[in-house]
Amino acid sequence: MIANYGYKDGSGEFYISIDTDKCTSCPVEHACLTGCPKGMFEMITDDYDDEVIAVKQAFRRSLAFDCSDCKPAGGYTSLPCTTACTPGAIKHSW
Amino acid sequence: MSSGEKKEYWRWKESCWVDETKDWRAAKIITAGIDVGSVSSQAVVCVDGELYGFNSMRTGNNSPDSATNALAGVLEVSGMKLEDITYVIGTGYGRVNVPFAHKAITEIACHARGANYMGGNTVRTILDMGGQDCKAIHCDEKGKVTNFLMNDKCAAGTGRGMEVIADLMQIPIAELGPRSFDVDEEPEAVSSTCVVFAKSEALGLLKSGYSKNKVIAAYCQAMAERVVSLIERIGVENDFFITGGIAKNVGVVKRIEKLLGTKAVDTKLDSQIAGALGAALFGHTLMLKQGASATKAA
Repeated sequence: MIANYGYKDGSGEFYISIDTDKCTSCPVEHACLTGCPKGMFEMITDDYDDEVIAVKQAFRRSLAFDCSDCKPAGGYTSLPCTTACTPGAIKHSW
Repeated sequence: MSSGEKKEYWRWKESCWVDETKDWRAAKIITAGIDVGSVSSQAVVCVDGELYGFNSMRTGNNSPDSATNALAGVLEVSGMKLEDITYVIGTGYGRVNVPFAHKAITEIACHARGANYMGGNTVRTILDMGGQDCKAIHCDEKGKVTNFLMNDKCAAGTGRGMEVIADLMQIPIAELGPRSFDVDEEPEAVSSTCVVFAKSEALGLLKSGYSKNKVIAAYCQAMAERVVSLIERIGVENDFFITGGIAKNVGVVKRIEKLLGTKAVDTKLDSQIAGALGAALFGHTLMLKQGASATKAA
């Protein structure tokens, strides 16, 4: 399942998409949980009883601001979360 | 002070129905789904995985009471008791506040499952237009969610926004859809960013000489544009199905269909019960997994 967390507003679309099918057999033991400097991810049990990664509720309406430090302007050349997630389950829309 | 009773134009019709051709006493598994939404609450009872009855009513200020009252409607009409129900699943905004639920499941999964039952297993894209948020969902042939997107930032493009417009126009909410087509030409959409802005703009249009019907048409168009921009992000794959209260508003539905270039699947069932129906069906599947049919008390 592709779970899209985020929103669209006057300044653009800000979604983090997580392919949860790739989470269920994660070979890097959910490195994204510690890879995100702000700890925005959490492990949940979804409606089909699979343990998957999700963006914490508190961050879902403020992604544009919370993720800004990890974007190129913040000194990063690649996003820590997508780098940590080697199966490629995490994607940013912006 | 006026002693006249204020008319509630936003108030939609509550409904309760049971299938009298079915005998629930002969059923092996009876499950219930309770969808406590921000605006409406529904209770659906399924017998052996088939829809038996439902009750749809307005959510009060207390989620546990709303859940209890919704289910009580079906129980009263059918003569069933709570103890006769094998498994109850809560869903929706108040899903964790259903006092007699055995499990809570998100409304995303439940709407997909309910749409799969109501629209058939060819349904792949679901637009759930709820009271307070709007969701675009993709599912597979079994009704399992494969992709979803949720707009929970504001009331624009939701049922509550339509209620606000009904009150503003002083026209019963059920008449808004048909009246939105009674215009000489399709007007420009009002602001779709925020329902408060839309309300202000609608007032301005009325003062500038727009007819009520034309303002309603402009709001329906705005709502359609808003949800289409949401659903386009995950794409539309046929068959397309709309759930939630707004699915009953022909003015919005026809405009969404026009913008997407596809027709929504028709259903004879109440589109508002999709979430609760999906929850009841989830309950049935869970009971089958647990072998409940063999262990149900005589």
